[in-house]
Amino acid sequence: MTQLWNFGGGVHPPENKSQSNSRPIRPAGLPAKLILPLQQHIGEPARCIVEPGQKVLKGEVIAQVGNGMGVPVHAPTSGIVERISLEPVPHPSGMSDTCVVLIPDGEERWCELVPQPEYRKLERDQVLALIRQAGIVGLGGAGFPTNIKLRPSVDRKVDTLILNGAECEPYITADDMTMREKADQVMAGLRIMAWLLRPARVVIGIEENKPEAIAALRQAAEGSKTEIAVIPTIYPSGGEKQLIQILTGQEVPSGGIPADIGVMCQNIGTAVAVADAILQGKPLISRVMTATGEALAEPGNFEVLVGTPTSHLLTCAGVDKQRMSRLVLGGPMMGYTLPNTDIPLIKPSNCVIAASASELPAPAPEQPCIRCGQCAEACPMELLPQQLFWHAKATEFEKAEHLNLFDCIECGACSYVCPSSIPLVQYYRFAKGEIRLQRAEQQKSDRARVRFEARQQRLDREQQEKDQRRKDRALAAAKAQEQKTADAQTRAQDGTVTDERAGKSALVEQALARKKAKTAAASAERTEPSTQLSEEAAPSETFAPENADKTPAAETAPSVEELEQQLTQAQAKLEKMQSMLEDARSGQAPNVDKLERAVDKNIERVRRAQRAIDDAQQQAVPANRNAEPALSRSND
Amino acid sequence: MALVQQSSPHAHRARPTSRVMLWVIIAAVPGLLAQTVFFGWGNLINVVWCIALALATEAAILKWRSKPVGFFLKDNTAAVTGLLLGLSLPQFAPWWVSAVAVFSAIVVAKQLYGGLGSNPFNPAMVGYALVLISFPLAMTTNWAAPVGLWQDAPGFGETLSAIASGQQTAVDGWTMATPLDEYKHKVGSHTAAEITIHPTFGNFVARGWEWVNAAFLAGGLVLLALRIISWHIPVGFLGGLVAMSLLFGTNADQYAPLSLHLLAGGTMLGAFFIATDPVSAATSHQGKLIYAVGIGALVYLIRSWGNYPDAVAFSVLLMNFAVPFIDYYTPPRTYGHHKARRGLPTRKQD
Repeated sequence: MTQLWNFGGGVHPPENKSQSNSRPIRPAGLPAKLILPLQQHIGEPARCIVEPGQKVLKGEVIAQVGNGMGVPVHAPTSGIVERISLEPVPHPSGMSDTCVVLIPDGEERWCELVPQPEYRKLERDQVLALIRQAGIVGLGGAGFPTNIKLRPSVDRKVDTLILNGAECEPYITADDMTMREKADQVMAGLRIMAWLLRPARVVIGIEENKPEAIAALRQAAEGSKTEIAVIPTIYPSGGEKQLIQILTGQEVPSGGIPADIGVMCQNIGTAVAVADAILQGKPLISRVMTATGEALAEPGNFEVLVGTPTSHLLTCAGVDKQRMSRLVLGGPMMGYTLPNTDIPLIKPSNCVIAASASELPAPAPEQPCIRCGQCAEACPMELLPQQLFWHAKATEFEKAEHLNLFDCIECGACSYVCPSSIPLVQYYRFAKGEIRLQRAEQQKSDRARVRFEARQQRLDREQQEKDQRRKDRALAAAKAQEQKTADAQTRAQDGTVTDERAGKSALVEQALARKKAKTAAASAERTEPSTQLSEEAAPSETFAPENADKTPAAETAPSVEELEQQLTQAQAKLEKMQSMLEDARSGQAPNVDKLERAVDKNIERVRRAQRAIDDAQQQAVPANRNAEPALSRSND
Repeated sequence: MALVQQSSPHAHRARPTSRVMLWVIIAAVPGLLAQTVFFGWGNLINVVWCIALALATEAAILKWRSKPVGFFLKDNTAAVTGLLLGLSLPQFAPWWVSAVAVFSAIVVAKQLYGGLGSNPFNPAMVGYALVLISFPLAMTTNWAAPVGLWQDAPGFGETLSAIASGQQTAVDGWTMATPLDEYKHKVGSHTAAEITIHPTFGNFVARGWEWVNAAFLAGGLVLLALRIISWHIPVGFLGGLVAMSLLFGTNADQYAPLSLHLLAGGTMLGAFFIATDPVSAATSHQGKLIYAVGIGALVYLIRSWGNYPDAVAFSVLLMNFAVPFIDYYTPPRTYGHHKARRGLPTRKQD
């Protein structure tokens, strides 16, 4: 006898299972068309690799995934791809997604299958790859790729492998019937998973309301170490976290996964799919689904091809469309309503309830919460649903989060018992959605702030560098000026020239003479200084082109006297502007920026003029040519 | 036919608030019967009068607040408030005392705070405490003598006219000090044997009262069995009372004995029907226990050292004050968490 633990809370809704588990599993057969969403799993959508009009074989891959998380999609039967288009898919939002629409040809011709009955001789990674290639995802509802789940990270050794046969939701009997009729396959799949994981303990948890399934599995597990644990019937005992608590007494840490505590849960249907994939080579193209509800004449379980439209399954079960008021995909506690019967049934779909109006009546109008605490009694996660509701309603999301809103598994037990008919789960979904939105926006604004700050830093740095360059330039100009004066004085002292002007004109004459000699020798070099200048001038607008335009005209060089004059003018102007700028700065005047720019420009001009003179002193013509535009501009 | 689009869960248990409240009313019937058997028609008349008045007041104020009258009246909560007042008030309390109690319960304590579910205080006990303070004479001298001790027992008509006459005090021969009152005034100066010689104590603990309390206990057990109330509040209440009694007063000459605390006055009515009002009680199991133990302890304290012989109303109201605080510090430990998250969320620095 396996030791069992209790989880807090839980409810006992009417089971309503006898309607659908009194008939054997029937094949649902071939529908007129199959609608195969490219994404039936958690992860990246599969990439379609077929084209409209293409003929495909049963079991052939029609959509493949890359290296990311995901599994391929297979053709559930042989036929022709009609189109690849957006079709409504089973989703609470009623959204559409890319689907391959396949028209069966009725021949049911299989592609080549490669069974691996001797899988134990393969590498474990090879078996995992086969499971992936067979398109297997968790069939309990979430659709998490099984190969990824079966390969926990190295630090998470799975000690206990649990096969979840609880099936606690009312109405659903798909796992019950699978266990009864396919007990050997269930065990075979479980053995493969156990071989992959090498757990110390393998246990199948089944609610006590399934005596036939328990008997069948006991027989199939005869002689093996697998425990068959019969657990009390209480919703939601089949919730992963609850079942783990019942069977191991351990709790999955908040925000963690079962593997964190060395436990893994797998679904009954998944075990069968794994067995089929490895032992027969068959990909996941069909599964057992329950069709039940008062609007069906012959409710029961069906082997349904993936992609079968809901209407086909309902027809198989003898639907009375007039009686059908609500169509629920999944169970009455956690399932969602389908807007129409065209929506395809996919890998994680386990049950369709075609309910009459009296069976699932519209809920009574919401009344005020009387804080009766029935919800807290029912909550399997031991939350305070009424406080969460209160905070969600008041949009006090911080408080709701503080009370562990995100640990809510949305099982619906609280709403089920609420005497005030408050749609509690909806409030929690709302609050979770809002918080996620806020978090996303927070993240976005955080990123924007980081970006803004980085930009600000960069601009500051650039500004500083610019300032530094300006200072350097001003310093260099001042030095050059000093040097020049000093030179002139030295020369005057030497007695070579009597005054500055005469000295300079002598220098210019020398320079002109040198120039004449050089022009003849190296006319090609002329362009060089101009390039230099355009580089320097780049920050100050359109110097370079203007310069280029004027280059020919400037061939006739102005005299050094003119240059000198212009330099003096420019310097005077600069001084004036600098003093204006000082005034403006001290007076906090609005035109500081403008003045600063003007001063910068003038510094630049003075510097250039200075250089022009220096150049002119050395090389006469090229220097004059270069300096000219700058000086002429300084006059305008 | 268009398919219904609805969010999960799709199944709902059929036990609305109105039925919960109806069960509370039904569970109180044995107590009311016992009161009628042992203390005459007074309580029954009060109950009917208070319920009628409660419904009328609720209807009027709902209309005034532009709320759907029928929708809210059908939840039976106003009826329960009226019922609790009718069960608690003295048998010969004049009609206007009941009216003031009901009016303040429904209008002030309940509707002015936002109606059902929004009242921080137990409405019935607000009404009761208000009239107890405002009309001490009418609230202390109108307790019926238990059956058998009446000189010239009043019939239904006489009781009705005594209540309807509006006289502050009823005929002297019909009324008698309650056991708790009697004990309180004589303890210290008399021995237990001398005190309990008074006929109000009867042969067992407190003539009539013991049966009334037993009947309310029985009704309360029904509510427990139906899981309409959880065990935490009654057990906490009675546990707190017992603990205090054991702590202070095993000597019956100095303090009222435990048996009297448990079986006289409004103990069982308070423990199972009044303190369990979910709206004004604490939320979590732990919180409910703290809340209820507090009430039980306060009942003992006020009965022993306060000015009033009974203390359920004051104790409940005092603990109502503490409920928000208790709630913040007693959340349960959620599955998968190491410990409960107490207090308020600390604002994250970002």
